[in-house]
Amino acid sequence: MRRFGFLLSVAAFAALILAALFAPVIAPFLPNEPVHAPYATPGEGGLLGADSLGRDMFSRILFGLRYTLGISLTVSVLASFTGVSLAFLAAFRRGWTDILLGRLVDAIMSVPQIIFALVVLAVAGVSLVTLIMTMAVLESTLFYRVMRPVAADIVAMDYVEVARLRGEGLGWYLRREILPNAAPTLIAEFGIRISYAVLFISGLSFLGVGVQPPAADLGGLVRENALAISVGQLSPLAPAACIALITLSVNGIVDWFIHKYSIRAELG
Amino acid sequence: MNLPSRKQLSPMRDFIVSRGVSGAVSLLLVTFLVFVGTALLPGDTASALLGQNATPEALAALRRDLGLDQPLLLRYLGWFAHAVRGDFGTSLASGRAVSEVLLPRLGNSLLLASVAAVFLLPVAVGGGIAAAIWQDSWFDRLLGFTSMLFLAMPAFLVGYILIYVFAVRMGWFPSMSVAPFFGGAAAWINILALPVISLVIIGQAHTMKLTRTAILAVLATDYVLMAEVKGISRRRIILRHALPNALSAILSISILTVAYLIVDVVVIEMVFSYPGLGKLMVDSVSYRDLTVVQACGLLFALIFIGMNFLADFLALLVNPRQREPARGA
Amino acid sequence: MENTVLSIEGLCINARAPILQDISLQVRRGEIFGVIGESGAGKSTLAMAMVGLLRAGCHRVAGKVTLAGQSLFDLSQLQLEQVRRRKVSYVAQSAAAAFNPFYRLGDQVTELAALELGTPLAERRKMAEGLFRELQLPNPETFGMRYPHQVSGGQLQRAMIAMALINDPDLIIFDEPTTALDVTTQLEVMRLIRKIVTARGCGAVYISHDLAVVAQLADRLMVLRHGKVVETGATRDLMESPAQDYTRALVAAKTTTSPPVHAETSVPIIALRDFAAGYGGVSTVRDINLDLSAGHITCLVGESGSGKTTLARAIAGLVDVHGGTATFHGKPLAPRIESRPREARRRLQYIHQLPDLALNPRQKVREAIGRPLAFFGGVTGAAAEERLRMLMRDVELPEDLLDRSPGSLSGGQKQRICIARALAADPEVLICDEVTSALDPLVEESVIQLLLRLMQTRPLTLLFITHNLGLTRRFAHEVAVMQAGRIVEFAPAAQIFAAPQQAYTRTLLEATPMMARGWMEARL
Repeated sequence: MRRFGFLLSVAAFAALILAALFAPVIAPFLPNEPVHAPYATPGEGGLLGADSLGRDMFSRILFGLRYTLGISLTVSVLASFTGVSLAFLAAFRRGWTDILLGRLVDAIMSVPQIIFALVVLAVAGVSLVTLIMTMAVLESTLFYRVMRPVAADIVAMDYVEVARLRGEGLGWYLRREILPNAAPTLIAEFGIRISYAVLFISGLSFLGVGVQPPAADLGGLVRENALAISVGQLSPLAPAACIALITLSVNGIVDWFIHKYSIRAELG
Repeated sequence: MNLPSRKQLSPMRDFIVSRGVSGAVSLLLVTFLVFVGTALLPGDTASALLGQNATPEALAALRRDLGLDQPLLLRYLGWFAHAVRGDFGTSLASGRAVSEVLLPRLGNSLLLASVAAVFLLPVAVGGGIAAAIWQDSWFDRLLGFTSMLFLAMPAFLVGYILIYVFAVRMGWFPSMSVAPFFGGAAAWINILALPVISLVIIGQAHTMKLTRTAILAVLATDYVLMAEVKGISRRRIILRHALPNALSAILSISILTVAYLIVDVVVIEMVFSYPGLGKLMVDSVSYRDLTVVQACGLLFALIFIGMNFLADFLALLVNPRQREPARGA
Repeated sequence: MENTVLSIEGLCINARAPILQDISLQVRRGEIFGVIGESGAGKSTLAMAMVGLLRAGCHRVAGKVTLAGQSLFDLSQLQLEQVRRRKVSYVAQSAAAAFNPFYRLGDQVTELAALELGTPLAERRKMAEGLFRELQLPNPETFGMRYPHQVSGGQLQRAMIAMALINDPDLIIFDEPTTALDVTTQLEVMRLIRKIVTARGCGAVYISHDLAVVAQLADRLMVLRHGKVVETGATRDLMESPAQDYTRALVAAKTTTSPPVHAETSVPIIALRDFAAGYGGVSTVRDINLDLSAGHITCLVGESGSGKTTLARAIAGLVDVHGGTATFHGKPLAPRIESRPREARRRLQYIHQLPDLALNPRQKVREAIGRPLAFFGGVTGAAAEERLRMLMRDVELPEDLLDRSPGSLSGGQKQRICIARALAADPEVLICDEVTSALDPLVEESVIQLLLRLMQTRPLTLLFITHNLGLTRRFAHEVAVMQAGRIVEFAPAAQIFAAPQQAYTRTLLEATPMMARGWMEARL
């Protein structure tokens, strides 16, 4: 059952990645050009119909997928690198490094992420750079919070003490003792955070502080087409369902991984 | 009975003092980060107000008027001193006092969140407990499957599906909370129904999963096994041996659920155009009405930090290990 | 038989693989039936089966468990619960985990009286008080008002025995009840168990991995290994004429009472003078004067909390030193490992108690042993390969283990790898911190034999930390007895065992279980 879910998830995720990579090839129309009648229904205008400006929904979703996946992956890579490095450093150095980093992370985390992002983006103005930086900083605190205790547990192990008794340097500790043992948790957490980042960027774009028009990610597409639903059109549901498909497939892979390596589930 | 003496109360007092201080430090740090962040990032209130094409002279004049030319720390202290008295300044967009704009919206949001919590908590906590007790039953599997589904869904998807089914197709409820806010209980129920159902559906998955995990952890302890070996009935084991020990976890989970609920409220308010604090904040972001954004952010942070404090405090209250000192007489 | 309380016939329990195979035994009233086995023998599964309980994933393939005339696996859930409430009690190894942290001890101890007899609170308090008094707990009147986290481990273990007595059971199962306790506390609990069984005439099963403890308590004994019965018989017969090789080896490991080693004098390689050390400003160990003689084995003995490990770690440079001096070959030894030169770090090697934690699970054996070779000696390539093979031979392990991960090795193999890793640095002094206490008895014996052989072939000095004074008799040249952070007696082994000068040393010697006939009777 779990294995079936895993294979299905891998297939779905691979398909989504391919669709995003080859969007310009697959998409039948340019995403920002009016090619159909406004609010054309599926069949009448393109595979999934058209939006209020007559732009092709299917093509816009393919390009939206690029934004959603691209931003989520970039954010997760930046955030994991920052958060994990700081977590390892804090666990290893302890003392003031640990206390100050812990305080800072607590403070950032004591405000709901979306609220924090709204405040920062309101001031900084929304651009791809500010968006990704803001999300990466907020996400890195979650990496920190999960990985610091994991690293601290490893540092407390006798085999790390054996390395200390030998007189190894910092590089050896981080790369040879801590990282290999933290890797399973780190990989699982990376997966969880990707799926969270997808929801996060979609939420921000839905609120209007994400990817700016005329470009649109999946969340932005929902926002653009929100009004259509009250007249009985399903068009905003397609990009939203696409978001759910990404998170479901990522969660399915993570779930299998966590089970396989029997990692303590540490939900962020 | 032995009344707790002054000395025995001290762990509790220690906790309140230490957590109170750390909560306050967090809040101070947050306000400072937000404030300094707003000051350091490119663009400021003046350029926000005047737009991209303002002349440097006009910008400088406005900055002087707003006090933006003063040192950062001084401005922060000034803002902070006013904020603690409930004075968040003037809305840049409407010119009204921020607190005046804020209060009715806060009331609406609290109403939405609390009604949602009243339905969400029993459903989610009860479901989690049941799933743990009947672990691996069809019920447990079903809940596992649905929570996996709902955890993957963006909040607005749930909202729009409900709108499509119950507002557009069935026509039972309005798709937007645009009805005037009077007209008695029936009108309120009408407006609140869909947003509340959305919040319950979104929030329950996480809470149920956490509750289930917490109960399973207790059911796997040696003392539950011991009770079984003693011949205690299953019913009594769950009610008397397991649940009390899971109580502190369940309390924390419940309160954190409410804290997260308040965040989900932001998105759901936008979906239903519900006139709450979240919608106010998002709208203010698009007008770049920074004083309102700042105040909303601070208020959300305050509620969130307060909830976390309450969760820790209640968890401690029901735990004898914390309540009673390590060594008695 | 009228007298039989518990009878098990042909019991087979499987999980994925068989856990118990064809187990048969009978326990009579007034006797203690001992079950001895190493880890993985199926002891706990057997204990649970005696109350009709199977852990998740286990199922009964065949056999019958009859307790007080009722066949447990044929009863309904309700009947089974009633039998458990009325006829049998269970005393678990970890009392700290087996008591519910939410309730006061008195309420937990008397829970069954309230359920079965509806005994009112005031009366239950009296019952609990009586039991607490019988078990020699402090302040029996108020003891029941405490929560589990408010009393010590030894007291909690006795409270658990009180809980086991509340329903006046026909059978009490003791599952390693003293394993977590110090020897002096262990002796008290052993005395209590003997008294209770004699006084109440109930049957008892005593499960343990420590042959000396079981031999002193049990009237009859069953040896369990890999889920099968090795042999069963009267304890004396088994001890004096075991029929099976495995039993013989177990007995031999405990009874080889070679006289204490006589040590010729030797120069000290490490000397401590008025040494004090500890964590965070508190000196856990103080006034330490200790000489480690070159080529000797010095044993550091004490109960938990005596500071023996802190002292060993302080010598290794892992604990803050608060005063006094430590010298190595007459030259001062820097207090912190970080400030010791590489050469000093190489010459002093430390071996941890739990090999599971001391080996990085993500490093192959080759990497674990190879690193000190490269780090200290700069030995790499073919030369390193040659040394690795030699080291594996030295610790008597096959060479093909070099390419394995620690996770796939047994406890004994892992500890040998740790020894090989320490030897790879070519050290002069080995600090062994309880290196055998996590191992099964036969494995413990073989690791000790290995250490002794290694000392014959190379110039090694050993500091051996242990809680087990009995263990040190056969190989210690000098013994230092620690109590409350101080060394109370430091003398050649022969003197410690023949004529201990200090009362505490005598107490420890007195409490350490021996196989000798009449040992327990002399202490009742």
